[in-house]
Amino acid sequence: MSDTQKRLADTLPFMSATEVSALVTSKEVSAREVAHTMLDRIKQLDGDIHAYNEVTPELALAAADNLDKRIAEGATAEELGKLAGAPVAFKDNMNLVGTHTTCSSKMLEGFQSPYDCTAVRRLLDAHTLPLGKLNMDEFAFGSSTETSATGLTHNPWDHKRVPGGSSGGSAAAVSAGMATITLGSDTGGSIRQPAAFTGTVGLKPSYGRVSRYGCVAFASSLDQIGPFSHTVRDSALALGAIAGKDPLDATSMNVPAEDYFASCNQGVEGMRVAVATDLLEQEGLDPRLKKEVLDSAELLAGMGAEVVEITLPSTKYGLPAYYVLGPAEASSNMARFDGIRYGHRAENAEDILDLYMRSRSEGFGDETIRRIMIGTYVLSSGHYDSYYMQAQKVRTVIRDDYKAVFAQADVLLTPSTPVLPFKFGEFADDPTAMYLSDYYTIPVNMAGIAGMSLPTRLIDGLPASVQLVANHFRETDLFRAGAALESSFAFPYDSVPAGQA
Amino acid sequence: MPRELKDVLHDWEAVIGLEIHTEITTSQTKMFCGCPVAFGGEPNSRTCPTCAGLPGALPVPNKKAIEWTVLSGLSIGCDIARWSQFSRKNYFYPDMPANYQISQFDTPFCFDGEVTVEVDEKFTWQRYDRGTADNVKAVEGDVDKGYNARIGVTRIHLEEDTGKMIHVGGSDGRITGAIASLVDFNRAGLPLMELVSEPDIRTPEEARRFVHKLRNIFLTLGVSDCSMEEGSMRVDGNISVRKRGTTEFGTKTELKNMNSLKALHDGLTYEIVRQVELIESGGKVTQETRHYDPVTKVTSTLRSKEDAQDYRYFPEPDIAPVVLTDAQIEEIASRLPELPDQRKDRLMKDLGLPNYDAGVIAGDVELSAYFDEGLASVGKGRLKDLAKPFANLVLGDLSAYLNAEGITADASKISSADCMELVGLVHEGTISGKQAKEVFELMVESGASPTTIVEERGMKQLSDAGELEGIITAIVEAHPDQANAYRGGKTGLMGFFVGQVMKETKGQANPKMVNEILGRLLS
Repeated sequence: MSDTQKRLADTLPFMSATEVSALVTSKEVSAREVAHTMLDRIKQLDGDIHAYNEVTPELALAAADNLDKRIAEGATAEELGKLAGAPVAFKDNMNLVGTHTTCSSKMLEGFQSPYDCTAVRRLLDAHTLPLGKLNMDEFAFGSSTETSATGLTHNPWDHKRVPGGSSGGSAAAVSAGMATITLGSDTGGSIRQPAAFTGTVGLKPSYGRVSRYGCVAFASSLDQIGPFSHTVRDSALALGAIAGKDPLDATSMNVPAEDYFASCNQGVEGMRVAVATDLLEQEGLDPRLKKEVLDSAELLAGMGAEVVEITLPSTKYGLPAYYVLGPAEASSNMARFDGIRYGHRAENAEDILDLYMRSRSEGFGDETIRRIMIGTYVLSSGHYDSYYMQAQKVRTVIRDDYKAVFAQADVLLTPSTPVLPFKFGEFADDPTAMYLSDYYTIPVNMAGIAGMSLPTRLIDGLPASVQLVANHFRETDLFRAGAALESSFAFPYDSVPAGQA
Repeated sequence: MPRELKDVLHDWEAVIGLEIHTEITTSQTKMFCGCPVAFGGEPNSRTCPTCAGLPGALPVPNKKAIEWTVLSGLSIGCDIARWSQFSRKNYFYPDMPANYQISQFDTPFCFDGEVTVEVDEKFTWQRYDRGTADNVKAVEGDVDKGYNARIGVTRIHLEEDTGKMIHVGGSDGRITGAIASLVDFNRAGLPLMELVSEPDIRTPEEARRFVHKLRNIFLTLGVSDCSMEEGSMRVDGNISVRKRGTTEFGTKTELKNMNSLKALHDGLTYEIVRQVELIESGGKVTQETRHYDPVTKVTSTLRSKEDAQDYRYFPEPDIAPVVLTDAQIEEIASRLPELPDQRKDRLMKDLGLPNYDAGVIAGDVELSAYFDEGLASVGKGRLKDLAKPFANLVLGDLSAYLNAEGITADASKISSADCMELVGLVHEGTISGKQAKEVFELMVESGASPTTIVEERGMKQLSDAGELEGIITAIVEAHPDQANAYRGGKTGLMGFFVGQVMKETKGQANPKMVNEILGRLLS
């Protein structure tokens, strides 16, 4: 290995996208070298971590060669943008032609989509290099990536611990320096909780900000695609690339993407930052994580923000209502996996009903089946009013609660999770206890607003974090406050034990 | 030996409600994706990730299809929902790619409409309470000679059609006995309007007239090709019977596969008689879905109520609720064309056509267009005289020709203007009515215009008074006995003289003038 190559292998994994694109567009390093370096690192590390379900060297190199050709032909850094040459990867519920979309389920083992997910396509159109597809909880049902049918993903900070979930692979890949930016999906915290567990920046955009087309649906009214990255600025760049109306998703809003990168430099002078006092008194919250929120508020105040204390009493209803609405929609979304047209099909079925039942029983894991059964139950006649309708009312109450908050504040500061990353199997006998790790993230999905998890400091060698929440389509506020906090904390993301020499 | 409808209707009353599915075949694209709407073709050639139910694909509602549905609702006096949403109807079946159908549940686009059906003399007998029923009105004073019945429409909602299952190896393509089933998703996702009637229908004929009327309205709007045979219009019936004079509903059955107007009439008839016989013999009607076989004309159980599904409807989260403003609805209403009832009114009021003629013409969208084309080919001033004979020709010789060819008026080889010209030739006295029939036949054969035919064949009517007088005088003189007898009171001999004149003139003599001259010479 030459010195340049070695230097690249050491530095590239924790570079920001802006740094990578600067290197590549200035021809200091070719995109092909970037791709090779990252592919090598994945080969070296992913045996232990298992962030990837599938690595796609051919796609990565083809994209790299394409970019190098553009650069050779004289395309400028400005034309190519700040993401050019950035190594990226995608949660395995997003379609990309030439890859498998398994949702980490036996049900979709070997399935290849004939079409692309819009957000994936948009990120690749920004001249990024696709490294592969990332592990997840099966069909995104879980908070630890332990329900994956392809095996566990290990937390790069402590291999005995989970990376969070459901987008655990997306989080671990960035955390371990095996991708610069990854995409995940967040239904109740599936981006922000694993981001918190792995010391990465995880953004759940406002509902309708990013097209869901081509991302296998969990709960359609709650799902949203968003990026993982080392830095707030990379998050801003990634959102800028994937945001905006998609004619193929009727719930994507016709609101153009803003210059989120510019927001990162705006500072917090005059910003109103809310802290929910009742949320910090919530039972089960690790006091060390409470301190991160209070310290963050103080830091922001020190930079000119105004801190206001508020309460969010509806938060406690978020989790139970979510576990009605989420499974209700999921039970219907999962119905298409029936073994008829694609996916796992049971052999020797006796009739159509037998074929359905056996294919689905064999293809789905326990948690998936649990959610389908809960959802089917709450939608069935006789239960609909007392569960589904009731949960919808709760959703309205939560929305109104946030409306009141954002009448007084620009951003809300809360814990991302009540706890630090937990160990494998900790909740094996009590799945509902694990649901609590999404306590602070779920209401944000219920309200359709935007949230970001941001690493703060290491606590006993594990990443701690806070969550910033902004009103519907006010991601710019997240980037303002997020960038300010990031520069204050200077979280040491490049000190992750995984892959250290 | 099963009893006949008229035997059972004496003591029993049938209560019928219809559910009519109409594909919006006019739509360029499917309901929730960009695939084209068409009939036939290679199986699964018109599919995409959305209508094939691939992972991650999403539905985007077809705005035009929503407008067509609203237009359809407005055409039958429905109220239009200002806020409505799509819902998922969940059940597993291989013809439905996502295993849920995007439909509407509690907020259909259109609700509370009505259709007036016209039942003519031949079928009034089916309606025993025609003299007293609230929704029945005699057309011309006598309810036995024909009546109009008002049928309520509960709702029209919009949904996506399913794919088509093809069962291989069994009989008649039915699932029973099949060894394999194939599925074609070309039809999956086609925009489909479901209209639900109130249970206001009392006779098979009213049901038939209801569907006929709706079909005529939808064809006039241009929303669908409404082909019952090809399945772009599908009718299911809910039927129960009750003792005449009682008001409680009996147990209903749902009847499927009535794929023509005749099948609808006959299927309902069979089912009414079956239910009455069952009850009278001490049995009970089971709530179930039944299949009508148009060949044997018998209904049989398809599935029983025990198989009834819990569809777990809930609002479709992939599609935002649809909000329609008054201005949007008014704009759609401004697209309403002249509807069959208005058409009939115009034909009666403006042209003086009798109820029957106007009803038949207005009741057929192709014939209406054809008729209007003929009217437009002559000056307005002449319509007063020509409209009725033109209607006679269209409903007589032309309809006979169309029936014989098995075509509709739009495919007629004879243009409407030519028909009107023919009527004009008779009215002006250029040719006789008898000659007109001959000319019409020649028009069918050659496609030539009536004027050309008349000229080429020298078929002009002999209307020269002097020439006729000479011919007739000679004939009267050649038959003195008959002439005397006539003068003696045997006026029936007039026909003999007319016949002689026609023979002499090869049928070209102007009959009116012949009568006039003969009358004078024989007096």
